[in-house]
This record gives sequence, structure tokens and C-alpha cells, in this order.
Amino acid sequence: MKIRMKFGKTGPVKFVGHLDVMRYFQKAFRRADVDIAYSKGFSPHQILSFASPLGIGLTSEGEYLDAEFHSVDTTKVMLDKINSVMNEGIFLLEFKKLPDQVKNGMASVAAADYEISFRPGYYNVDAFLQQAEQFLCQDSIIMTKETKRSQKEVDILPMIYEFRASQKGGLSPEDMIEKAAMGFTMADQTLYLKVKAGSDKNLKPDLVMEAFCNFLGFDYNKKGFMFHRLDMYLSDENGELKPLGSAGEDILSPISDQQSETR
Amino acid sequence: MRNLALSDEILLDVEKPARYIGNEVNAVMKDPESVDIRFAMCFPDVYEIGMSHLGIQILYDMFNRREDVYCERVYSPWMDLHKIMKEENIPLFALESQDPIFQFDFLGITIQYEMCYTNILQILDLAQIGIYAKDRREDAPIVIGGGPCTYNPEPLADFFDIFYIGEGETVYDQLFDLYKEHKKSGGSRKDFLRKAALIEGLYVPSLYDITYKEDGTIQDFIPLDENAALPIKKQVVMDLSNTYYPDKPVVPFIKVTQDRVVLEIQRGCIRGCRFCQAGMIYRPNRERSLEMLKEKAVAMLKNTGHEDISLSSLSSSDYSELEELTYFLIDEYKDKKGINISLPSLRIDAFSLDVMSRVQDIKKSSLTFAPEAGTQRLRNVINKGLTEEDIVEGATKAFMSGWNKVKFYFMLGLPTETEEDQKGIAYLCEKVAMTYYKLDSQYRHGRVSIGASASFFVPKPFTPFQWASMCPLEEYDKRARRVNDTMRSMHNRKSLSLKWHDAKTTILEGILARGDRKVGAAIYDAYQSGCIFDAWTEYFDYEKWMDAFAKNQIDPDFYTTRERSLEEKFPWDFIDTGVTKTFLKKEWETAMEGKVTPNCRMNCNGCGAARFGGGVCYEN
Repeated sequence: MKIRMKFGKTGPVKFVGHLDVMRYFQKAFRRADVDIAYSKGFSPHQILSFASPLGIGLTSEGEYLDAEFHSVDTTKVMLDKINSVMNEGIFLLEFKKLPDQVKNGMASVAAADYEISFRPGYYNVDAFLQQAEQFLCQDSIIMTKETKRSQKEVDILPMIYEFRASQKGGLSPEDMIEKAAMGFTMADQTLYLKVKAGSDKNLKPDLVMEAFCNFLGFDYNKKGFMFHRLDMYLSDENGELKPLGSAGEDILSPISDQQSETR
Repeated sequence: MRNLALSDEILLDVEKPARYIGNEVNAVMKDPESVDIRFAMCFPDVYEIGMSHLGIQILYDMFNRREDVYCERVYSPWMDLHKIMKEENIPLFALESQDPIFQFDFLGITIQYEMCYTNILQILDLAQIGIYAKDRREDAPIVIGGGPCTYNPEPLADFFDIFYIGEGETVYDQLFDLYKEHKKSGGSRKDFLRKAALIEGLYVPSLYDITYKEDGTIQDFIPLDENAALPIKKQVVMDLSNTYYPDKPVVPFIKVTQDRVVLEIQRGCIRGCRFCQAGMIYRPNRERSLEMLKEKAVAMLKNTGHEDISLSSLSSSDYSELEELTYFLIDEYKDKKGINISLPSLRIDAFSLDVMSRVQDIKKSSLTFAPEAGTQRLRNVINKGLTEEDIVEGATKAFMSGWNKVKFYFMLGLPTETEEDQKGIAYLCEKVAMTYYKLDSQYRHGRVSIGASASFFVPKPFTPFQWASMCPLEEYDKRARRVNDTMRSMHNRKSLSLKWHDAKTTILEGILARGDRKVGAAIYDAYQSGCIFDAWTEYFDYEKWMDAFAKNQIDPDFYTTRERSLEEKFPWDFIDTGVTKTFLKKEWETAMEGKVTPNCRMNCNGCGAARFGGGVCYEN
């Protein structure tokens, strides 16, 4: 059966790159001794599929990973079992069963949102907070996107869904406590950004900040910003954006493949 | 949340920042305030290499079992970070606590190969504790060296406070207890070192003076203190089945060289190859019990989640319960859980072919032989028991089981080596290729690939070849090209290939391996002139090293090409490894006669290691 897991990554492990995170999960699943499926062939390996790689230096509380399991316990038991063999900084937040016909995370991701905070000593933060709206009032925002082979000019404006100053006050006290428990330090002044994401067209948050710096007449320095991914979204049949995790359901009693076959 | 020693900005600027963050799975986290002794354990090379080393994993586990000790790890910052740390004056830190090394009580450095000597100086330099031991402040960590290169510690003598000669499992507890007592009662650094010198196996270089003859060879070792022992006795663990071994090795975030569980099945080797230092200094051969190994394999695979397990020893085929162990691992792990098993250093026979056909993908893997020399005459000189018949027969069986890739390891520059021996490498490869093409077509799958790799021989202390002269620099490449030219003239040349090592690296390794205390000044100057990561060809700068030798009036030839007399006192002769100099001398002479010496299981040859009272010496 297909399982979708949501996980967070924070603190020093933000310096662990995407490929190493994949290796990390493979080893964690072995340590947890869960009944995950392996590929056939001489060197069987776990078939893991990540929705979207997270760059080095970024933190997140909205990463998704799909995998195939032969049998699972309840969501709560599985979360406890796997989290008990993980390190500080990487943790599972959701463990849900997907309907069989659902596309994998990578194919279904349509948007992602970020919290952007400012590393002290680089920029006048107020300028950013005050002008986010004006920035979006432009007719177009032409940026050079670098791909592996070429550079091309694109208008990134239609790919920005939301962009605004967001104050810590916007969160409920419960949310703040929950976030602190996961190890996230909350900056007072942040920007909230929601952009198009996915395998066909993908907008990286640093490109938006580069464009914003250009708009404000500042030199762009990537180190001035800290990017934190909040969640990733799929687009449902009505074109509405919903968290990737919404495609699955919590598991309330243990299931195994044989069971589902006989059903 | 943990704070890191390096800022985010620095970490975002360097390659593979995860090398420096610590807190990997199974890393030991303690409150530094709660312990009496803080120990920084260092492998002086980049993280991926250092994390692959078994010895440190054993000691890390053993030290941390003590409640009063906190052992942390430290590796060489890569060149990019090295520059930043020098420029910004950032002190070297340990991975776990991220605290500066200068706050620690001990800095332990494992010395695995000669080409890391400048990296050791880098560690001392970045730690800001004084490169020379004499310049170290009273409260600086005690710098202690261990590992195979300490069997001739003299080139590094001026940089270390203590060398630990032998296996780490034995006297560290004594040293820690002594240190605690010393801290309580007070006293100077020198007082502590004097007391440490009383522990068997510990060598405190500052307590000795070395005198030299006019010709530059050693006159004498002169203890300057009543506590300074002579000789220094190597330490060994006799019961390897009831000693420290980790259950939960640290699992790195990034892919390291040995990204797997390593199971050391035995220590020492019965073979007695005359060029091999490990085969002499780790005598006597001692095996771990099958029960212990099964138990450790299960625990380590469970606790790490690794997909691979590798057996480790100098000659796995000689481990008496290898079949049971291997079939256990295949049944429990390869077949049921898809875990890959690797068995290096196996002799090719029916058993190993069966095992390998089950643990490897025949189409992708290659078979490895280490004949080391191209002719039987020279293989007898080096006491490598493998015959041409063994090789051809082993290869034939392997070809018939489906392999068509073979790797050969050879050495060039061995004592008594002639042109015939060098060409013999090409002839042997050709013969094996021919064997393949003569097989019935049902056994052949395309072209055979015979890859030969030649390293240049470096004589090492405490081997029968410690008296051997090395070749002049140009000679090594000449010999390698001779082998290559011969290969190119063979009928099956398209199936043969040869790779060889860098000759300049060989020369430097030769100088450092048999160097004396005088060499230390050149290592210092080489480091100061920018030499670092010498084991990495992209950073190795031979000219800078030669300048450093010249500046210190050191003639490299004295250590490399010079003929040594049988009476010469060597810089390392103050160490007693158990294997006597008389035995080594006899082996050197037997080698010159081209005669082989039977292995330890066939016949005891009286090397002296029986003195330790166990292992293969007492099997019968």
C-alpha cells in the first residue's frame, strides 16, 4: 500500500543535502524495522519518492515522502516507532495511507509556501515588510532562470500566489508552542510567500527575493535571508490548493497487504 | 537547539557542510560539565575518510562507556574551511559539543599513514595549542598518538606529548585514572608525563635524547628520566572475544568511504609476507569467536540501519570459522533482508566462489588477486604463497562461474626485482586472459578484462624488508612503463590494462616511514610552506617538500636509497613489538636466498610473538 509521510527538518541538519536525506530515511526505516517494500532484483532497495528536494541551508515543516509498505500499524504507532530512531532535527509529522490511484507527491505538487526571515546584519528589514504589496503591483517581474543547460527570461509574477509581511502575532498561542516544540525559532518579522511549485514549473523562493531586492534597489545577497518551507500543496479537482497530506488518511487500525487483497 | 561552532554563513560557503555539524545517529551526547575527562579523538583526514575508520569507533565506544569520560570526534577541516579558520582565527572544535579543542584534557590522534603528517600539524595549528609539544601551555590538552605509524613515531616525536604503542583496548583506563588522580593532587604537565611514562606501552618522547654517529645513523637512545622505559613494549589484547566492540556505531549523515557495518573478525595474520608491516606488528594472529561476531553483526545492523556489512581482516580466508559466519550472514541478511555482504581479502577457491556468486552480482563485480609480484622467484622472495597455478586455476573457476573481470594487485620496486620480474606482470596477466579465451564458448561472455594495478614498494619498520633500499625516483616510472610496454606487446593487449601509483608520493612515504627525529623539522617547514592533504594528489606538492628537506640539511637519499647494514640501529629499535630483530634479520636473509617461510599454522618460526601467551601460537 502507498503511504505518504510528512516530515520536518530543522536546526543543524538543514546542512544535510537532499540525497543524504534520502539515505537517511532508508537507514531510519531499517532501524525502525518497519515493513517497507523493496524493489526486485539483485540489490533490492526501498522505493522512496520525495515530493520536492529541499536545498541545503533551508529548513522545513512541510516535506513529503511517499513509500510502499507491506503492512503498517496505526498512524500513531508508526509515527512513534519511526521517530524513536531519528535524530534531533528530522521528524515525521504525518503517516497516511493513500488511495491506490493517487499520483505520487512529486507529480502532484502544485504549490509551496515559505516563511522568509532576515539574517541580522544584512538588510533594512522594514523596507521589505512595507513594500511586499507594491512589489506584486508590477505588470511583470522578469528574471533570468538558470537551468542545467541554459538561461532564460521568465515572468515570475504569475507564479507568485501570495506575498506579504507576516508578523508572529498571526499565529495562535497553540501553534507557537507546537512550533517551538519542533525546534523552530520564530523570528518577529517575516515574509510569507506562496509560489508555484512542481516538476513542470517551479519557482524557488530565493529568486523571488532576488527580484524583490532588485525592486527595492538593494544588492542581492542570498545569505541575508533564511528560508523555511511551511507546506506543499496539490491542486484538487476544483483547482483548489490543499496540503499534499490531504490526499491520504490516517490509519486507525493495523493493515497488511494480504488483508486488503482479500477484502 | 544545539549551537554550532561555525556560523551559517560559513557553513553555506563550504563544500559538504554536514561534515562539521555532528549529532549524527548514535553520536554520544553528554553534558561536558558532568565528566572529569574530555577526550577529543582525531583522524587527521577529511570526515568521510576518518568516519570510515574502525579503530576510532572502537575507542569512541570504549571511552564513552566510562561515566567520567566524554570522548568526542574531530577530523581535518577541508581546504576551503581550513582557509576560513586560519583567516578568521576560529579554533578547531569537536563535533559533538562544538567546543574548542583547547578546552579538552586530551587530544588523541590516530596516525594511519605517513601522508597525513602535515594534516596532524594542521590539527595542532588550528586547535591553537602549539604545534611543537615544547611550546604547549600547562593547560593545553595532552596530545597522544596511536596507530600503525607510531611503530616509528620519531619523525613526529617533537609534536606529541605521548605515543601509545599497541592496541588501544589495554591501558587507556590506567591513563585516565592516573590523569584524574593527577588533576586532584595537582602538579605540572611534565609531572604528569613522567608518571604516564610508567604505564607500559606509553612512550613520552621528551624523556629521551637521541645521539647520532658521524654517518648520521643512530648511536643511542638515552633516557633522560628514571621513569623512561627502554624498550617500550607494544600492548595487545589477547582475548578479542571478550573486549570492547561497539554495538551502535555512529551513522554519518553524508556518504562516507565505508558506509557500512564493519566486522573485524580477527587481528594479525599468519602469512608472514615480508613487505607487510601489519602482518608483523599485529602478531600474534588472534581470532574473535563466532558467537561474538554473530551477536555484533545483528546488533550493529539493527542499530545503524546500514544496508551493507563488510568483514574485515588482513586475510579473511584464514579465519577458522569463516564458512559458518558467512553462511549465517547470507541466510539471515542477504536472503531475508537484502543486505549486501562484502568479504575482502578472500583467497579464490570453491568456497569463496560459491559465496561470492551469492553475495555479488557476477556481471558487475570483479575478482581480485594479489600476487604482488610477477614471477614465482620474486613471490618467494616476498614470501607470498600464491603460485601461478593457484591464480590460473582460481581464474578458470571464476570464469566458468560467470565472471569476466579480474583485478590484480602488484608491487614494483621490490628487493632483488629484475626486468624479468617486471615483465612477468604482463606475462601473468596475458596468461590469465589466454585462459579465458581458451575456454569453451559457453563460458565466455564478451571480452575479458584484466586490470592490473601497481603500487611502488615502500620498506616499513619492523618488517624483514626494513633493511631494503628504495629505488631512485626516475626508476619507478621506468619500471611501470616497462610493464606497460610489455603488456602492449601482448596478443590480448586489448583485454589488459595497467594503472600505477605516483612515484613522488612513494619517495616521501619512504622518507617518513623510516625517518628519524631530524625529519620532524622538515615536516614543520613543509606544513608552514603550505603542504597539507598530501595523500590527495591534487594537493600534493613534491617540490615544496624537497625544499623543506633541503632547508633542514636533510638528504632524502639517506632514508630511501641508502644501503643499511645488518648492524645498524634503527630509529624505531627502542620499541619491542614482540617480533624480534633476530627473526626479522633471519627473514631478510632467507628472502635474499629466495626461500619461503611456512605460515604460522603450518609451523612456528619463532618470531617472538609467542611471548604474548595466546593466539595462533597456542592453537595446537
